[in-house]
Amino acid sequence: MMIAGGLGVGFANGFFGGGGGMLCVPLLDKVLNEQTKVAHATAMLIILPISIASAITYVISGYFDLRLTLIVGGGVVAGGIAGALLLKKLRSGVVAIIFAVLMIAAGIKLAFF
Amino acid sequence: MVILYILVGIAGGLIGGMGMGGGTLLIPLLTIFCSVPQHIAQSINLIAFVPMSVVAIIIHAKNGLIKGEYFWWVALPATAVGILASLIVKNLDGKVLSACFGYFLIALGIYQLISAIVSCVKGHKEKKEKIMNKGKKV
Repeated sequence: MMIAGGLGVGFANGFFGGGGGMLCVPLLDKVLNEQTKVAHATAMLIILPISIASAITYVISGYFDLRLTLIVGGGVVAGGIAGALLLKKLRSGVVAIIFAVLMIAAGIKLAFF
Repeated sequence: MVILYILVGIAGGLIGGMGMGGGTLLIPLLTIFCSVPQHIAQSINLIAFVPMSVVAIIIHAKNGLIKGEYFWWVALPATAVGILASLIVKNLDGKVLSACFGYFLIALGIYQLISAIVSCVKGHKEKKEKIMNKGKKV
C-alpha cells in the first residue's frame, strides 16, 4: 500500500512539477490512518527528495530560468513562513472551499481554453 | 512585472505554508497571469519547494510531527518514479502538458471541495451538539 501510494505521488509530482503533497496527505491521513497534523508534516518529508530529484532532472533538461526562479522563489519562501504562522488562524472551511473553487476554475481554463 | 512575480510567489507560498498545496496554485498563477511556459513554471515550483520545506520540516520535526518510517517505503519509490516522470515530461509539448495539468487541477479541486464541505458540515454538527449539551446541563 505504501509503495503503491508512493509511486502515484512520485509520478504526479515529477510529471506536474507539484501537487504530490495533495495526494500524499490523504494517503497518510485516510489510507494509512495517521493524524491529520502528522500527515501534513510527513508529506513534506516525502515530497522533499522527489522535488530535489525532479528539479535536477528539469534543470538538466534545460527547463530553468534563474532570474524568475530567484524572484518567485523569494516570494514563495516569504509567503510560506507567513502561511505557516497564519495556519491556525485562517485555515477554516471557507478558505478551503474558496481555494478548491479557484483550482477547478484554473483547471478548466488550462484544460479547455 | 517583477512585483507581479513576487506577489504570485507570496500567494503560492501562503497557501503552501497553510498546508493546502501551494504548487497547485503557484503553477497556474505563473502560466495564466504571467505567461510563463508550463515547463518553466513547474521547474520553478519544484526548486522553490526545497528551501521552504526544509525550514518547515525542521519545525515539524521539533514538534514531533514527522514519522520517519514512511521515508523508506513511500519516498524512495516515489523519488524513482518522480525522476522517470520528469524525463517523460521533457518530450511533451508545453500545450499538452498544460492541458494535462488542467485536468489534474480539476480532479484535485473536486476532491478538495468535497472534503472541505464534509469537514464544514461535521464542524457545524459538533458545534450544535456542544450547544445542546450545554443546554442540558443548565
